[in-house]
Amino acid sequence: MKALVAVKRVVDYNVKVRVKADQTGVETANVKMSMNPFDEIAVEEALRLREAGKVTEVIAFSAGVAQCQETIRTALAMGADRGVLVQTDVELQPLAVAKLLKAVIDKEQPEIVIVGKQAIDDDCNQTGQMLAALMGWPQATFASKLVLGDGKAEVTREVDGGLETIALKLPVLVTTDLRLNEPRYASLPNIMKAKKKPIATMTPDELGVDVTPRLVTLKVEEPAKRQGGVKVGSVAELVDKLKNEARVI
Amino acid sequence: MSVLVIAEHDNQAIKTATLHAVTAAAEIAKAAGSDVHMLVSGQGCRAAADAGAKVAGVAKVLLAEDAAYDHGLAENWGPLVVKLAQGGHSHVLATATTFGKNLMPRVAAMLDVMQISDISAVVSADTFVRPIYAGNALATVQSKDAIKIITVRGTAFAPAEATGGSGTVEAIEGTGAAGLSEFVRAELSKSERPELTSARVIISGGRGMQSGDNFPLLEKVADRLGAAVGASRAAVDAGFVPNDYQVGQTGKIVAPELYIAVGISGAIQHLAGMKDSKVIVAINKDEDAPIFQVADYGLVGDLFKLVPELDEELAKRQS
Repeated sequence: MKALVAVKRVVDYNVKVRVKADQTGVETANVKMSMNPFDEIAVEEALRLREAGKVTEVIAFSAGVAQCQETIRTALAMGADRGVLVQTDVELQPLAVAKLLKAVIDKEQPEIVIVGKQAIDDDCNQTGQMLAALMGWPQATFASKLVLGDGKAEVTREVDGGLETIALKLPVLVTTDLRLNEPRYASLPNIMKAKKKPIATMTPDELGVDVTPRLVTLKVEEPAKRQGGVKVGSVAELVDKLKNEARVI
Repeated sequence: MSVLVIAEHDNQAIKTATLHAVTAAAEIAKAAGSDVHMLVSGQGCRAAADAGAKVAGVAKVLLAEDAAYDHGLAENWGPLVVKLAQGGHSHVLATATTFGKNLMPRVAAMLDVMQISDISAVVSADTFVRPIYAGNALATVQSKDAIKIITVRGTAFAPAEATGGSGTVEAIEGTGAAGLSEFVRAELSKSERPELTSARVIISGGRGMQSGDNFPLLEKVADRLGAAVGASRAAVDAGFVPNDYQVGQTGKIVAPELYIAVGISGAIQHLAGMKDSKVIVAINKDEDAPIFQVADYGLVGDLFKLVPELDEELAKRQS
């Protein structure tokens, strides 16, 4: 069976983002961009399934501006077999991405789709669940363990109170949480090899998907800054301040 | 057209997490000139529905009793919430817990609408504020969709009063099981301590704790203060503690009265989860650690010496 993973190009997690002066968004010009960290975990999981003989091919999908090709190349360098890029300059919101993914999945017919639980730019945590709904598939969100069996998957999920295990029919949608695996680094030979792997490029129009944003961003502001406080010299002074100044203990 | 809140409950009572969403729903209902309904689903949850009807501001509880709704499987809940959304609800809200985050986008896609995730303020019936980039920016967004599907950041809205309301309870037909997924088992953390998201005091450990074996140091202090124990992503990644301890952008968002960060450097992703705490204390050996930039009180030094000292000092003052 085929596996499909979705990878998003986001501002690198080490970058301290800056709100634009005109309040239209955050500064992304000349800022380091990387693959969303949860998507790296998705790629890794799919590769492990292929290495375990459960999956025959791993397809890396991305949607957005032309540079998303670099993000797909990163997935290919990790070991994915080929890429699909839906290219557009329109701001893509999760519902639109889910529809683009559906259009590609309808053609490719993977039996397992793995995506990150959340992108670290818009922090939406939606695309995977939306895709599962559009496909009429079951969903296993926030996965920390995935066991692929015959016609079904058993997934352990990170929930607020601990862990929960559910069983799902294939085809299935999985979103990754932190502890699912530790993604590999791409080796130099694999980075070279990835340059020759194919990436099919298409547009939302060709897929017949309307990607017009449904949410309008009216403004983006910086949150109120928290003022740093004081350093205290001893534990006794700390407890004293908490008791008599802050009055929280 | 009413505003619907999807309730989490334990069959007897409505969870505090949901009470935060009721407050957000009441603000929307006020702006829209409508009222607040609540959905309580599961098997044997009539007592929870009765409790829901007593929550201040709830006009009506819709009760769907069916075993298909136990364990919160989104495949089964989705069609029920969609049916209710189409049957006279302009907005549907849930708190951004793992349950809400799992279910609501599925509902939104079934309705062909864009969800508004994790709102921290209501501007009007169609305009909301939500944090992006780990809370380093706040976006004000307007929804153009007919039905608004919303998850609510619990710490941004005070919980509604659990009593004092006089809503009605109406039993409704469920939509049954979708047959796509089933619950197998849960391994829930057993703890006598308060839950992270509702604790008044939290003490969290980071990579500086060096090992999970050292977390009992924090637990001793936690028990003295009636606090919950949390952790940074680094501590979870290193395998010191389970993921449900994680405070941060990708873990739990908390805003207690007092947050004590021990051996936590203060990465952006951790600050995103705790910087709205009323008072922040940082204990770290690196005096340049970014955590000190947000801490009200900083203590520089070896945590393995300072934390036991803190425990002793608290014991002395309590006796």
